[in-house]
Amino acid sequence: MIRPDAELLLDISDLQASVEDQPILKGVNLRVRAGEIHAVMGRNGSGKSTLSKVLAGHPAYRVTGGSVRYRGRDLFDLEPEERARLGVFLGFQYPVEIPGVSNLEFLRVATNARRQSCGAEELDTFDFEDHVRVKLKVVQMDPAFLERSVNEGFSGGEKKRNEILQMALLDPVVAILDETDSGLDIDALRIVAAGVNQLATEENATLLITHYQRLLDEITPDYVHVMADGRILRTGGRELALELEQTGYDWVDRELAAQGVS
Amino acid sequence: MAGRVLAPVQQRGREALERLGLPTRREESWRLTDLRRLQQLAALPAANAPSEALDWPAAAPGVLRLVLNGHTDPLDGIALPSGFSELTSNELEQALGHTLDRCGCAESWPVELNHASCDQVLALRVRGEVPPLELVLCGGLGRSATRVLLLLEENARLDLLQVVLGAGASGHSHVLEVHLGQDSSLNHGCLATADGDAALLAHLAVEQEPRSHYAFSSVVQGWSLARLEPRVVQVDGQATTKLSGLAVSVGDQQLATHSSVRFNGPDGELDQLQKCLADGRSHAIFNGGIQVPRDAQRTNAAQLSRNLLLSERARIDTKPELEIVADDVRCAHGATVSQLQDDELFYLRSRGIAADAAAALLLRGVCQEVVDQLPPAALPWAPLQRVMEGLSG
Repeated sequence: MIRPDAELLLDISDLQASVEDQPILKGVNLRVRAGEIHAVMGRNGSGKSTLSKVLAGHPAYRVTGGSVRYRGRDLFDLEPEERARLGVFLGFQYPVEIPGVSNLEFLRVATNARRQSCGAEELDTFDFEDHVRVKLKVVQMDPAFLERSVNEGFSGGEKKRNEILQMALLDPVVAILDETDSGLDIDALRIVAAGVNQLATEENATLLITHYQRLLDEITPDYVHVMADGRILRTGGRELALELEQTGYDWVDRELAAQGVS
Repeated sequence: MAGRVLAPVQQRGREALERLGLPTRREESWRLTDLRRLQQLAALPAANAPSEALDWPAAAPGVLRLVLNGHTDPLDGIALPSGFSELTSNELEQALGHTLDRCGCAESWPVELNHASCDQVLALRVRGEVPPLELVLCGGLGRSATRVLLLLEENARLDLLQVVLGAGASGHSHVLEVHLGQDSSLNHGCLATADGDAALLAHLAVEQEPRSHYAFSSVVQGWSLARLEPRVVQVDGQATTKLSGLAVSVGDQQLATHSSVRFNGPDGELDQLQKCLADGRSHAIFNGGIQVPRDAQRTNAAQLSRNLLLSERARIDTKPELEIVADDVRCAHGATVSQLQDDELFYLRSRGIAADAAAALLLRGVCQEVVDQLPPAALPWAPLQRVMEGLSG
């Protein structure tokens, strides 16, 4: 929902970043207000995933220019864990398996870190179990997955459900979902999308990073951005995603060529 | 009672030590050992008083706790539950040393050291299903030695926890011999924990008859020098062996595990996992011997050594030693040495967990896999907490 007077949550200005000295982001500009859902589309290698990792603070990515303000604060002053506690959430494209660490314990520690930062009371083991069981319903997840090690032996769909479960527990202000639709069959996609829709409110915002229109059939974006060569090349409404579905990305090459970028 | 049996053993041990001298680096299995510390251990005066049971937790309900301190009789004032019986001195004379011989380690230096200095042996026969047994080994300041012999009869079942405690300038020598009769089962755990100064040499020799099941899990932490040597022989194959080990070294500690499993017959199984975590300037060593002679057809063995280096100055040496003569066998082995994974750390941090807490959570996960294998009697000793406190302290 677009409300011009809503709080500006994320203000990305001329963001440049590199990995292993290879420039990937070359001047990204994006403003995200409360209540909005943004879709970031583009081909592989366009910089979509890098944008999400830079926002979350992945140590392998180096910010080389520009700025990001999160609710008025310099995001890059904050460690990854501080960003998370303040409400920045990254849903991983490839959620990491952590053998030996119980999913339930992980979820409890993470939830309490966020709650503490919001001034809410921490939940003990018993209270947390009640709390998590309610949230499991958001993604129709089997409680048996709580007893296992974090993501270990989970199918692709189960891992993504576990990501959205974490989103439900952490109640983020800005959720960045990196290709949450990849590797999902249509039923799992619907469940995950329904979870995201349920969690979207007037107070928070969602950044969906995706290749495909099919996720946007389930979650209606307010804005669609097309990334290419480390920048946002075009921004439009939901019709832009439909147009991409029909015409593909060939126009991107023509536009980049016209700008003198090969 | 044991005195009559042990006197000649001590005599032979003393003579052997004279003959052998201290191990040297020229011997392959001592090549990496900090011999200075071994020398210090050998030079310690004999402990003249047992250590005090200051902060011991109560034994878990239903668990029979026996304390071996090298001084007092562990069975003093204890009424053994049905199924346990003490060996007569004739039986002891016949059985003592038999399993060490079978395992080929009767004349190794740490065993001779034990022979020379041990004047106490706990020798029990186990029949049928018995309550869990907990042996607390604690020597007091100086050099101490304890020895245990267990004979599990056919179909016997036992949960055995050994807790080895070390504190201050002390060195403890321990030898355990276990004979597992046919169809018997032993779930054996060893929690060896110390305060950073003490040294430990432990030989655990196990002889398995067909269709017996032996599971051994060890958690070693906090020793200046520790050498744990589990040695298993499947006398006619057809038995199952599971070994899980965790050694966590910090500071300038040196923790070594030398395991050996020999299949003297067909259709034996082994599943082995060894984990070492080394921080500070510490040194962890794992030598995993597996012998599959010609008669051991259809042996199915797997050995995995997983290691984590937690500092740039720490060192880990891991070596599988497989001798396979039989041709129809499956013997898998693998070894990895790595650091904490950046992706795992970032995943946890991205969920609001601080970097140090994330690292602790990951380490806990690595340790838990082995710690969870300890018998339930270990719970009151809070093994995981000890390991984690050792790492952070």
